[in-house]
Amino acid sequence: METKAFQKIYTKITQITKATCSLNADGVGYEELALVHGRLAQVVKIQGQSVTLQVFGGTEGIPSNAEVTFYGRPPTLKVSDDLAGRFFNSFGLPIDGGPEVEGDEREIGGPSVNPVRRKQPSELIATGIAGIDLNNTLVTGQKIPFFADPDQPFNQVMAMVALRAKCNKIILGGMGLTNDDYLYFKNVFDNAGVLDRIVSFVNTTEDPPVERLLVPDMALTAAEYFAVDRNEDVLVLLTDMTLYADALSIVSNRMDQIPSKDSMPGSLYSDLAKIYEKAVQFPEGGSITIIAVTTLSGGDITHAIPDNTGYITEGQLFLRRDTDIGKVIIDPFRSLSRLKQLVIGKKTREDHPQVMNTAVRLYADAANARTKLENGFDLTDYDERTLNFAREYSEKLLAIDVNIDIKAMLDTGWELFSTHFRPEEVGMREELVEKYWPKKE
Amino acid sequence: MKENKLTKGKVAGVIANLVMVDVDGPVSQNEICYIMLEDVKLMAEVIKVLEKRAYIQVFESTRGLRVGTDVEFTKGMLEVTLGPGILSRNYDGLQHDLNKMEGVFLQRGDYTSALDDDRMWSFTPVAKKGDPVAAGDWLGEVDENGQPHKIMVPFKFTGKYKVKSVIDKGEYTINETIAVLLDSEEKEVPVTMVQKWPVKVPIKAYKNKPRPFKLLETGVRTMDTLNPIVEGGTGFIPGPFGSGKTVLQHAISKQAEADIVVVAACGERANEVVEIFAEFPEIDDPRTGRKLMERTTIIANTSNMPVAAREASVYTAMTLAEYYRAMGLRVLLLADSTSRWAQALREMSNRMEELPGPDAFPMDLPAIISNFYSRAGYVYLNNGESGSITFIGTVSPAGGNLKEPVTESTKKAARCFYALSQQRADSKRYPAIDPIDSYSKYIEYPELQEYLKKNVGENWVENVLKIKNILIRGKEASEQINILGDDGVPIGYHVDFWKSEVIDFVILQQDAFDEVDRSSPIQRQKYMLEKVLNVYDTGFEFGSFEEVNPYFKRIINEFKQMNFSDYESDRFYKHEKELFNIIDEKKIA
Ligand SMILES: Nc1ncnc2c1ncn2[C@@H]1O[C@H](COP(=O)(O)OP(=O)(O)OP(=O)(O)O)[C@@H](O)[C@H]1O
Ligand SMILES: [Mg+2]
Repeated sequence: METKAFQKIYTKITQITKATCSLNADGVGYEELALVHGRLAQVVKIQGQSVTLQVFGGTEGIPSNAEVTFYGRPPTLKVSDDLAGRFFNSFGLPIDGGPEVEGDEREIGGPSVNPVRRKQPSELIATGIAGIDLNNTLVTGQKIPFFADPDQPFNQVMAMVALRAKCNKIILGGMGLTNDDYLYFKNVFDNAGVLDRIVSFVNTTEDPPVERLLVPDMALTAAEYFAVDRNEDVLVLLTDMTLYADALSIVSNRMDQIPSKDSMPGSLYSDLAKIYEKAVQFPEGGSITIIAVTTLSGGDITHAIPDNTGYITEGQLFLRRDTDIGKVIIDPFRSLSRLKQLVIGKKTREDHPQVMNTAVRLYADAANARTKLENGFDLTDYDERTLNFAREYSEKLLAIDVNIDIKAMLDTGWELFSTHFRPEEVGMREELVEKYWPKKE
Repeated sequence: MKENKLTKGKVAGVIANLVMVDVDGPVSQNEICYIMLEDVKLMAEVIKVLEKRAYIQVFESTRGLRVGTDVEFTKGMLEVTLGPGILSRNYDGLQHDLNKMEGVFLQRGDYTSALDDDRMWSFTPVAKKGDPVAAGDWLGEVDENGQPHKIMVPFKFTGKYKVKSVIDKGEYTINETIAVLLDSEEKEVPVTMVQKWPVKVPIKAYKNKPRPFKLLETGVRTMDTLNPIVEGGTGFIPGPFGSGKTVLQHAISKQAEADIVVVAACGERANEVVEIFAEFPEIDDPRTGRKLMERTTIIANTSNMPVAAREASVYTAMTLAEYYRAMGLRVLLLADSTSRWAQALREMSNRMEELPGPDAFPMDLPAIISNFYSRAGYVYLNNGESGSITFIGTVSPAGGNLKEPVTESTKKAARCFYALSQQRADSKRYPAIDPIDSYSKYIEYPELQEYLKKNVGENWVENVLKIKNILIRGKEASEQINILGDDGVPIGYHVDFWKSEVIDFVILQQDAFDEVDRSSPIQRQKYMLEKVLNVYDTGFEFGSFEEVNPYFKRIINEFKQMNFSDYESDRFYKHEKELFNIIDEKKIA
């Protein structure tokens, strides 16, 4: 990113905080990019002559007479097919030793799609994981996060989903990724032989946290290039959005904004929505699907970050360790895919909605039985059967190591119902029971 | 105002969408102005004035905006354009027609017109020469998608007028003069089919606003039966994310007995609006024989659209609803989610560094919310006809905790409370409306009770109160069972619990995605309620508590099959018969 010739150099900074600095300057545009003491920065506030810059690399060591120059434009990314197979930092600069990418220069964080120009998502994304395909079916153009505690294997599950999903490009936006996880992604994609379909924008824990703020917009600008210009199906992986939101709060606190819940900025909902709403099915065939990770602390989904996320995304996939079977499962209670209605029973077998709901309801009965047991009460025969059902359901369908097609998932569902229950106990539509209830000799 | 010169100003500062402008003349609160960027004009609204400085909220992204940029003020407040052609349209929060915009992406400053200037409408006069008229009185009528769209004396006309002439029956565009009125000084005033009105000011062209008294059927059992809303009533649906607010609102919008539906998608997901775009043009409206979309208007300000326009969008929607109410129509207004609107207010208030109220929301939030809800209602127009706006908003409480400012303020303003419970949603008991915490104040209105007795059934209200009691009893029984254990309580507790479960599964739960079950007319609701009470009133004989659960499961199963079957079909009666057989097995003679 070279600066323009003959531009004015400012050398008098009037205020420095941990994440921002201010100076007097003329003719500066809002959200314009600047270079402060060799570090990239962006205009976040203009008040008369005084311009406040958010310095992505942090302000450590910046002197009050540091050189400041302005780019005359907001942050951009050069897009072309050459992005494929490449690894970049938060600023879109190569970190893989390769050359800079040439192409059309686009502003990141661009405008939203006109809602009337969107197409209703309708293409199922099969992952082989029944906790997803059966209970929380994904659809192209959807946005959905994994909710997981930091010790859960969310990056592994996400990589697995990405590799199994049929898509033309996978764009990884890594925020505060540990170096190990960064290498893990690189390895997995390399081993699967799909590196040429991957574009990565990575901010690791070694990089300054405020830089992360650029990662989602960079990733999505690249995604829009492939989805709009190339009509491709693009899957965007954003991990970890909790660290992104933390960076937002650092900046807003430095700007003396009144924090709302959990010291997050009052604009958190809008800030996150701007990112997630980039997920879209275009009428010309291209699509952007976003799968994100929001780490929780102690499973608390009422914290402002997961809470606002849940209100924005089209469901969430909740990872939990099931101690009964000793495996990580996709929790059917707290997980949800809101777009599943568009495909289940339509693109999949007619019994899909009822099998899904019935199994979850019986699993809820099992949870009640377990509470009874824990409170030291006797179990009824029905209670015992729900517990047995739940164990098998967890093992054969909910566990993340399941990899079967949707028809097999449905058949497994019926098999479990008929093993543990009588038809009138499951309350399903009569014609489905007649058709699919396994006939026992 | 003596001077007619428009005020101008220059940008002095930018913080996101809050812009400070130094002005050279008078400006008023809520005045609309335009920022003159090189290639486009950005619309903005004055939200604070401090001497020569105006604070404006820009309805667009302010990227690239520089100090010194020119700003032009308009003297007017944010207004909507009212006239035939609003129905079936998709507007943004400022009533720009989304379909007329160029390209796939929204370009800032692409301000399209709300109505079509060229379209011909077949006009029929209603008023005659010499009629005395005032604002809101009907001069003529055009057919808008099968709805009688009244052309009225513009709401801005104050005082009394006399009709000088009304144009003959025929085809006209919205801008042609369709009537000439004489004001009190005998001056001629022409009237066209279009008028403008500022969105923040309620339209009050009606005689009076009585207490509402007519049931508004929604087809949703847990609402109509347990906690009914009325024509001209207000209600709200708070619930954590994923608990079913939007699905419920969509169901109501498809099924409710309204003439006009206005949906304000306020700061929510674009894909949910797309769902309406995709479905409504396909769904038949049984009452008009046309498509649902033809009587619907959508105001879409999704979460990624400019925040300031989010606040405007709910007012735009309300004003359109008021316009149709003045025509004597029953309007249903839905806003999803009013919390996003409150958050938009909070974002601005924070940027202006105002003293914050609870949770950093502005101090006057309760007043803003209650003013808004008060614009709904059932009205008698000056000509004796009636019209109504029924308003139902959703609320998205932070962390699902109902003790937060938006929920609490709304609770004071709205008369129906449909609390969605996380627990019910988790166990897929949809719609997740908590039957015990939720309420409708209207059910206490003698006017409505009268109406229900007359139109639904003599015993209806009694029966409804009865099942509410059964539900409470069932809940108590289940708590006892949980504390004392299955065999620690008398069998009667199990029976009480399961009788309440019958109500839950048969009346409360309803599958919004099932062709048949999704909507239940009130007569069918009455039939099922009586059948369920039948079970309740029956004494059963059980040998042990272990027989209770499987037995009632069978009863519930037959009931559910009835819900899944077409009303009064063979299949419906087959399961009813089966149900009777099961009841007879354990009935105490
Ligand atoms: N009546 C119903 N029948 C069947 N499923 C339902 C029903 N209501 C809700 N659901 C299920 O719950 C999901 C979430 O519902 P919905 O989108 O309405 O939640 P919400 O309360 O609007 O959430 P948010 O606040 O995040 O917008 C739906 O996608 C659907 O799967
Ligand atoms: Mg919703």
